[in-house]
Amino acid sequence: MTSAPRGSTVEQGRSELGVALFLGVIGLVVLVSAIMLPESRIARGPVGPGAVPMVVGGLLVLTGVFLAVDVVRGGRGEPEGGEDVELGGGTDWRTVGLLAVAFLSNALLIEPLGWPLSGAILFWGSAFALGSRHHVRNVVIALVLGVGSWYLFVLGLGISLPVGVLKGIL
Amino acid sequence: MDSFSSLIDGFGTALTPTNLLFAFLGVLLGTAIGVLPGIGPAMTLALLLPLTRGLDVTTALIMFAGIYYGGMYGGSTTSILLNTPGESASVVTAIEGNKMARAGRASQALATAAIGSFVAGTIATLLLALLAPVVADLAVQISPADTFAVMVLAFIAVTSVLGSSRVRGLAALGIGLAIGLIGIDATSGQQRLTFGVDELASGIDVVVVAVGLFAVGEALWTAAHLRRRPLQVIPVGNPRMSREDWRRSWKPWLRGTFIGFPFGAIPAGGAEIPTFLSYVTEKRLSKHPEEFGKGAIEGVAGPEATNNASAAGGLVPLLTLGIPTTATAAVMLYAIQSYGIQPGPRLFATEPELVWGLIASLFIGNAVLLLLNLPLAPLWAKLLRIPRPYLYAGILFFASLGAYASNANTFDLFLLLVIGGLGFMMRRYGIPLLPAIIGVILGPFAEEELRQALQISNGDLGGLIEPMSVVVYVIVAFVLLFPVVKRFLPKKAVPAVLSEAVHDVEVVHHQHGTTDAVSVETSGDSPQRGGEPR
Repeated sequence: MTSAPRGSTVEQGRSELGVALFLGVIGLVVLVSAIMLPESRIARGPVGPGAVPMVVGGLLVLTGVFLAVDVVRGGRGEPEGGEDVELGGGTDWRTVGLLAVAFLSNALLIEPLGWPLSGAILFWGSAFALGSRHHVRNVVIALVLGVGSWYLFVLGLGISLPVGVLKGIL
Repeated sequence: MDSFSSLIDGFGTALTPTNLLFAFLGVLLGTAIGVLPGIGPAMTLALLLPLTRGLDVTTALIMFAGIYYGGMYGGSTTSILLNTPGESASVVTAIEGNKMARAGRASQALATAAIGSFVAGTIATLLLALLAPVVADLAVQISPADTFAVMVLAFIAVTSVLGSSRVRGLAALGIGLAIGLIGIDATSGQQRLTFGVDELASGIDVVVVAVGLFAVGEALWTAAHLRRRPLQVIPVGNPRMSREDWRRSWKPWLRGTFIGFPFGAIPAGGAEIPTFLSYVTEKRLSKHPEEFGKGAIEGVAGPEATNNASAAGGLVPLLTLGIPTTATAAVMLYAIQSYGIQPGPRLFATEPELVWGLIASLFIGNAVLLLLNLPLAPLWAKLLRIPRPYLYAGILFFASLGAYASNANTFDLFLLLVIGGLGFMMRRYGIPLLPAIIGVILGPFAEEELRQALQISNGDLGGLIEPMSVVVYVIVAFVLLFPVVKRFLPKKAVPAVLSEAVHDVEVVHHQHGTTDAVSVETSGDSPQRGGEPR
């Protein structure tokens, strides 16, 4: 676990104001897009498509403001605990980043390579990112999962998944 | 009784060999996935949803009933053996359950949880079978304005759980409602919040939202704070209980059932409050109050029964009004909708075979759960030792698989990561997930009811005010303003049991950090009661 004080729960500081800002911004986006909705020709009833987004956008902006006030007054959202979570240290951005890379490789490769291989890359990459160094074992598990889940879905459940380069082999 | 003959027909539907097989499979998979650390019942359901895609409606729902109960029991096993509950409903189980496990009584804790869940689940499902048709009959007469009011109540209730921050709950609700707005508006045919992206026109698939928030968010969040030391998992043998354990457990089971069911059945429920009430009740009534905090079996038996009874109770508003009160029920609602069936007052009239088949399969699922879990407990305990890199890599693998399989669209995978990032942020800053997921699923229906109600009144906002909806809005106002109201109430007006429960909720939240948030506005909320033996 990296011990960077930045982002640690102890010294969370006022980074939560960013959340308030985030809420305010998406609230404004919802509001503006509701105002800019063009006149509908097939609208039925007295309530148009913009009414509810106005309320939701308003709610978001308001909670953004209240959250900012709460944070300034010293309120803090408590990070979620869990079985495998050890709070107190810093956020391990390297692992998160590597996981995102593994995840995106699957998204990009699923159609050209097919799920059996892209899924295997996802599993292997994630296990690597999380610190597993049993390379041979990981590759075997990843391939078994990728190919096995493909057969389960395509043959067992009748749901098609991309087969990609393994076409004709599987 | 009409319900009974319908129920017998339901058993006729559920008891075919195929359906029975899928009920069995559902319980097995639900428990196996639910027992894995970090995976709560809602995530279990969302991850396993794609598996039911190829099945016909009745069979799929029967499998779902199995997954539902299996996932919940799996969560209890985790909290007993690992001490850190996966979701708020099993927080209480962890208090005494883990203490029992540490004292070498893990088998007894698991047994009283399993048998208590069975007893409570069976009685509560019976109550569901009796009550739901009555509620459905009443609900047929309620107007869109009233339905809208009840939905508002559900929104507000899930954002204001005891001991958590209201601002953060409302923020989560707003995020969920905003996600629910994305796509083509059904009434006017106009695109909202799609920003010209074709893939967004049909809205974001609820599976993508649920799997993104729960599974991907959880994997990323845990990865950022992964505990590198191995966890202590307490070994278990076959669950069994001595005569003394039985004597001390049966009353808490029954009391828990009758505490849990009503809380689940009102459309403002959730399992957190009733499980704490049950814990506090058992502590008061116990002949061995000194054992509480050191592993009292009543403290496991009562809350576990309550948890299961409230889950069955939660099916009353789900099936009769189409209103979910827990994340698990929300995913269940979506699963039913994905077959083109809208739960609501007319469901009992239009789909009797399906509804009664589902209710019958709840009984079956419950029985299968007991049969499977007593002998398989040592195996489930072994699953807790799965190496963490494989566990979280597996979660990401199956999350991607499920999200892709539902629409065969790569865009959903990118969306999944974005929503996973949102889930990460929400966990980081104590924004609860439940209001968000309820907002996504229930939001569009609330909008429809609102627009129908205003259409009837020709745009007059007064059309929202009807005798029943006024009562509901008063309750909403009370829930929202409770911290303010309480300051003006004399201290005695708050029932002692309730304030003790609030105190316990806060103490445990503090210990586990499972809570959604701590905020300055709740600080005035906790009446300090002296003499808490903790």
